[in-house]
Amino acid sequence: MTAVLGAPAPYAIEQPSGRVGLRRAMAAEWTKLWSVRSTMWTLVATGVAVVGLCALSTGTVSASDLIDDPTRRSLVGIFLGQLIFGVLGVLVMGAEYGTGTIRATLAALPRRPVVLGAKVLVFGAVALVVSEVFAFAAFALGQAILSAKHAVGASAVIAQHAHQLGVKVPPNVKAVVSSSGSASLGQPGVLRAVIGAGLYLAVLGLLALGLATIIRHTAGAISAFVGIVLVLPLIVQALPTSISNAVARYLPANIGLVLFSTHGVPDRIGSAFSPWAGFALLVGYTVAILGLGCWVLVRRDA
Amino acid sequence: MIEARGLSKRFGDVTAVDDLSFDVRPGTVTGFLGPNGSGKSTTMRMIMGLDHPSAGDVTVLGQRYHDLPWPLREVGGLLEAKAIHPGRSARAHLLTLARSNAIPRRRVDEVLDLVGLSSVAGKRAGKFSLGMGQRLGIAAALLGDPAVLLFDEPVNGLDPEGIRWVRTLCKTLATEGRTVFVSSHLMAEMALTADHLVVVGMGRLIAETSVADFVARSSRQSVKVRTPARHQLSDAVTNAGGTVIDDPDGSLTVTGLSAPDVGDLAASINVPLHELTPVASLEDAFMELTEDAVEFRGGQ
Repeated sequence: MTAVLGAPAPYAIEQPSGRVGLRRAMAAEWTKLWSVRSTMWTLVATGVAVVGLCALSTGTVSASDLIDDPTRRSLVGIFLGQLIFGVLGVLVMGAEYGTGTIRATLAALPRRPVVLGAKVLVFGAVALVVSEVFAFAAFALGQAILSAKHAVGASAVIAQHAHQLGVKVPPNVKAVVSSSGSASLGQPGVLRAVIGAGLYLAVLGLLALGLATIIRHTAGAISAFVGIVLVLPLIVQALPTSISNAVARYLPANIGLVLFSTHGVPDRIGSAFSPWAGFALLVGYTVAILGLGCWVLVRRDA
Repeated sequence: MIEARGLSKRFGDVTAVDDLSFDVRPGTVTGFLGPNGSGKSTTMRMIMGLDHPSAGDVTVLGQRYHDLPWPLREVGGLLEAKAIHPGRSARAHLLTLARSNAIPRRRVDEVLDLVGLSSVAGKRAGKFSLGMGQRLGIAAALLGDPAVLLFDEPVNGLDPEGIRWVRTLCKTLATEGRTVFVSSHLMAEMALTADHLVVVGMGRLIAETSVADFVARSSRQSVKVRTPARHQLSDAVTNAGGTVIDDPDGSLTVTGLSAPDVGDLAASINVPLHELTPVASLEDAFMELTEDAVEFRGGQ
């Protein structure tokens, strides 16, 4: 190599066999994800929101309060966390368009579905691990606070009343009866609710990524995401009950609420889907949005 | 080797690139010359598979860009300055590209060194000047040690030293047998860098020629003359059918007569000449050729 001119000798590096593919794309995406500070900051902020709101919602309980569903109570922070997490999902694709790096990315990996696939797999894996950690942390913290408060579980009160009235408690209610207002993972539906909360958060992150792939603009994609998870439920609630009851169960936020409740959901959701049926629907939305995003990515000029 | 055949790109009603066919050969620097908005960048993007042609096609090394097994190892492109995440360091930016094409990590530091960015490699690129951004873009293009290089307006934002560096780099890369395709809207810059030209205006091919032929074809060659007897010579030139412009520095610019004609004319009327220089005005040749093909012109 000539130091003055600085041009490299031709083919100074060996040419490997094969061709660029998903594995290389994922390696690049991994480096990309962790080489900007916004990734760590949004993850930390999501954690603070999920766990912090849990501490708030459980810490404000007094011993005389009836806790309908202590599991759900500890997981409500997911609804705040999802907004920040959605921003991260948007940035994974939106930042490429905002900064123009999409051109460099697609020049390096011209097969565009591979690029999107790598982003989904890398961000999806990170999102899943982090979301589950947040969900379990929030649950553990929330239940520790609730048991310290000696709050009374609603189901315990029901059982007590039933006993006084001489009515038999149905088995599904009996199963969740506990003497305190806190839940444990061994109780029915609790493990599913905590795992489900993490899954919900991770899938919403991917949904946000899909929106950014379609809209190709960070601010626009964030607006769309907020519209779907926050504004849409408000609009549906404002509709006549007959309509809102029919529509409410399809909303991502309500699917999430069902997923991390152990029993019973607010009336406004109407006849809700079962937790896993709802989750399957949410995954379906996300796959559809990512699919549309992939089509846009392939068809449009970069 | 780059081969474009009938390459066209329409954006709605606007035809940005219109039936463009040209070859870019290895071993020389080929200048891609045209006024702003003449479709150079769009063509470059189509070569790299970023924009889809409306018609026609373009191949690199005999393949479509999309089908290259290791794109960055075969084609290096600088398409726009500072197309980098402002929060990512120069090194991390290059590392993501290196990883995507299985390029060894050491190569990242090599190219950073090569473009003179080693000292700021760990700094966030958002703080980079336009010139540093260009250097980083060139580093990215050189990362895979590719046989084909595309530089879109590489000297934009560079200081004179940087401009000279890019010029030398392009020539060296061509000497090494690589295909070097450099776009510019500055004719003078191309004259110093390129051996061959692909000239476009309003998306259409105007000329595909060597730089020397391009200049020779221009009818607007002029001759710069210095003489103590300016008036005498001016009159003689005018009588012989030439045109004379008095330059502020005291010299005369003659058009319509060749340098030997002016010399002979001066000798015939016994006027001494202190300078007689044919001026190969690339700028004029360029203006003449693209006269009808400038989309945005002032004062219309």
